[in-house]
Amino acid sequence: MKINSPLEVYKYLPQTNCGECGEATCMAFGSHVIDRSLQLEDCTPLLEDKFKKKYLELSELMAPEIREVTIGVGERAATVGGDDVLYRHQLTFFDQPALAVDVWDTMSEAELVERVKFITDFKKFYVGRFLRMDMIAVRCTSGDPGTFRETVSKVMENTELPLILCSLDPEVLKAGLEVAGDNKPLLYAATKDNWQAVADLVLEHDVPTVLFAPDDLDTLKSLAGTFLEMGRQDLILDPGTNPQGTMLRESFENFIKLRRAGIKEGQRDIAFPLMSVPMTAYLTAGDEVSSSYWETVLASVFTVRYGDIMILHSIEPFALLPEMHIRDTIYTDPRTPVKVEPKVYEVGSPGKDAPVIVTTNFALTYYTVESDLASNGIDCYLLAADTDGLGVEAAVAGGQLTGQKINDEFKKVDFDFHEKTGHNTIILPGLAARLQGDLEDATGLNVMVGPQDSGQIPPWMEKNWPPKPK
Amino acid sequence: MAKKIKISELGSLFNGMDVESLEGVTIEGDIELEMDTAGGLDPQLAYMLGHETAQVAQHLINISRLLGYPVDQLFGAMAQAAVSGVTRPQELLRSKFEVGRMDDWKNPIQEVTLGATSADGGSRGSTVTLGGENALPYYFDSPMPHRNFVTMDVFDMAIGMAKAVKVNYEDVIESPAEWAKKVVKDFNADMVTIHLISTDPNIKDTSPKEAAETVADVLQAVDVPIVIGGSGNPEKDPEVLEKAAEVAEGERVLLASASLNLDYERIARAANQYGHAVLSWTQLEINAQKELNRKLMKQCDVKREDIIMDPTTAALGYGLDYAYTNMERIRLAGLNGDDELSFPMSSGTTNAWGARESWMVKSPLKEDSDWGPREYRGPIWEIVTGLTLALAGNDLFMMMHPGAVAVIKEITQSLHGSLERDTVDISNWVTAEV
Ligand code: B12
Ligand code: SF4
Repeated sequence: MKINSPLEVYKYLPQTNCGECGEATCMAFGSHVIDRSLQLEDCTPLLEDKFKKKYLELSELMAPEIREVTIGVGERAATVGGDDVLYRHQLTFFDQPALAVDVWDTMSEAELVERVKFITDFKKFYVGRFLRMDMIAVRCTSGDPGTFRETVSKVMENTELPLILCSLDPEVLKAGLEVAGDNKPLLYAATKDNWQAVADLVLEHDVPTVLFAPDDLDTLKSLAGTFLEMGRQDLILDPGTNPQGTMLRESFENFIKLRRAGIKEGQRDIAFPLMSVPMTAYLTAGDEVSSSYWETVLASVFTVRYGDIMILHSIEPFALLPEMHIRDTIYTDPRTPVKVEPKVYEVGSPGKDAPVIVTTNFALTYYTVESDLASNGIDCYLLAADTDGLGVEAAVAGGQLTGQKINDEFKKVDFDFHEKTGHNTIILPGLAARLQGDLEDATGLNVMVGPQDSGQIPPWMEKNWPPKPK
Repeated sequence: MAKKIKISELGSLFNGMDVESLEGVTIEGDIELEMDTAGGLDPQLAYMLGHETAQVAQHLINISRLLGYPVDQLFGAMAQAAVSGVTRPQELLRSKFEVGRMDDWKNPIQEVTLGATSADGGSRGSTVTLGGENALPYYFDSPMPHRNFVTMDVFDMAIGMAKAVKVNYEDVIESPAEWAKKVVKDFNADMVTIHLISTDPNIKDTSPKEAAETVADVLQAVDVPIVIGGSGNPEKDPEVLEKAAEVAEGERVLLASASLNLDYERIARAANQYGHAVLSWTQLEINAQKELNRKLMKQCDVKREDIIMDPTTAALGYGLDYAYTNMERIRLAGLNGDDELSFPMSSGTTNAWGARESWMVKSPLKEDSDWGPREYRGPIWEIVTGLTLALAGNDLFMMMHPGAVAVIKEITQSLHGSLERDTVDISNWVTAEV
């Protein structure tokens, strides 16, 4: 992004304050364009002919420093790249890195199908949605184009996920494109040796491609310049991921150098998404668990420092879970407090004997608790108290969650305990135990203290619910 | 009804035409193109025909674009190529990659040494020096003078631990001295942290004097530098840490911690009096960290070389985003010249064990895929939490699981450039049989 103040955007806008974009003024729209919460196209007047020139100029100025590349088609298509800053606190990172897991064409069909389905279906609930893997990388280990073609079609029969076709032999890639060509797969890879033939395929099928030049940024830049010359913008650069020792440090440096050149120095000819291949961890001697661990470590390093797409091998949950979480950690938007609307939610269909449970409106807290309850079939009322998006412990420590406050929150939404419940009881989180007395005083109700972690609510309920009459 | 035109006419029709005149145009029905290329179409004619249709296509694309239709998204690079015309270089366009160094990182991070050998009036076999960086960790802008270090947790009483951690300490859990020996000898700890948690009035209310004896035992048992931690009770910690500082006189321990919610002055005074360093602990707030460091220096006369910061560690999935960015901002501020933030950092990486993913047998959610065995989930949770903070600028890790410690050391030393390992040929990873 070449400009960074709403005023500069304003200069290019129609300046009529017409409100079509949903904002009251063009200036307000400008600030949303800067933080990328609205797009230029949301100002429909700007798309009129008389503003065409300004629109085009502004589009150019607003383009993210790192180009965006889309892989796949349909709902699970993934876009990578798109970053404008070197550190997430300066704005936020855009377009989460895509995580691809490999399959190979010498697997038995049964194994292949099972693995593809596992990768496609693997999911973990987190803050109101599921974390998932994004792509499948099909590697040619047979060396045979026909075998590769069959494997690619088998994979496509079993998943909607975008594919990365992996082989340095253009004949093999060609075979893969014969079946997957219409689904915008990513080609891996053009190198200094095969780039002519790969370029033919890229141009013919209009697909994105990876440029691979291990440990050689000059060649990588040469490849990028050559493909740019051919009009290709959807490129991804792989400078090589060395798995260990000082060579690993060199790979790490290369990622930083490329991203710094792209963002800080505006070197457009290398400002592309970067690919890391943590599965090189498997090229070192080591048992299955240590390779899997090391792969997770490499994936974490390159998630933090500028990898935009990764190829992974392990499908152990102990590898996949942290990989998906660290990606979410780094790419979550630091500007938006993650909270839910404060109110009393109904989980399932609560009746008169359903418990009334207190938690906070921090999204992580609320969704964790809500899903623990819903998933275990516990029908209840759940108050997400307005703590300004703080979790239980921090809110109790900071005074945003008090007995009085909880009472007020129930009052605000007219929650009548006598009418809605037959037990007049509230359950507090274990970490808010010290509010018990205050809450009893404030509400005049019976207050119980639940376990520390909401995951332990189901067994706790079995023992403690319904409350014994006093 | 509209006049019918041939597709080739369309091209000349649009040529040089003002777009305004296209208002109200509707394109009805399918456009059908019939061509028999099999019957030996003259190559030159085919080329011309191709050229003509490409021109038409380009006009159509331009019109769609002007109508606000997102053609570029749809066709991506194809539209681009159609517009600019594809050139095919016959050879790689040779170029050289260059990038500058960071010239605004002018302010080095303070060096702090922990532990004292006999030469300096202590009894440690070795010392640990942190800090001294002139760049973000492992960046090529400037060499990182010291590697990262790990101090392993030892408690002064048996405590609850995740199963995967506990199995390593069952034999020593009753003896802090034995526990300390074990982490140094068997698990390669660079340092030991003795947590005096039993001193909490709500736990065992162990007296400061008794707690100090435990510290003396640990100093006897190992010769690495040590960290002394209180129970976290703000009333009790100052007197516990004072007494502990006294028995450890001359050993240059790290006192953990001074914080804004307790009498930090007493802890600072104890450090000054007995020659120790202070851990300046705040909770995920950069301004609070500045304030406490300033107070330690200005109000309590703690020297710069005696301060390490703990800006708080939250586990992966439980606030690591806050912790990571907080540390990265602190480190960048220090490098950019903020002398109230240019100190080495320490992370309570053990906090990772609070994440349910690290200790629960299985997911409480039926919709989740199987989480797999927890013995493997816990250590990697501790590793990824620590590693992420290492990249943000953390220097010292307080950790618990021996496997996690080994991996954190391996990766931080690899990135530091101080580990030689065989070079692996990665150029053919695609065909690897794994
Ligand atoms: C991230 C974090 C922050 C973030 C808050 C982000 C946010 N949106 O909440 C920030 C940086 C803002 C912050 C600030 C502070 N924090 Co803080 N923070 C943390 C941290 C690292 C993680 C908290 C977290 O997100 N947990 C995850 C969520 C999901 O947990 P949860 O809300 O508790 O929900 C779980 C349970 O409570 C339970 N549960 C929830 N609802 C219910 C309901 C029922 C019925 C049941 C049974 C169970 C249940 O299940 C949930 C899932 O496991 C913790 C340390 C740690 N634990 O790792 C410290 C911690 C909570 N913070 C602490 C403190 C002291 C503070 C500050 C006061 C620091 C200061 N001096 O300024 C401020 C307070 C800010 C304020 N209130 O104004 C202390 C609290 C100490 C205490 N026990 O009193 C902690 C424990 C750190 C420490 N060891 O000192 N903090
Ligand atoms: S739609 Fe465009 S012209 Fe209208 S107010 Fe928004 S920015 Fe201004």
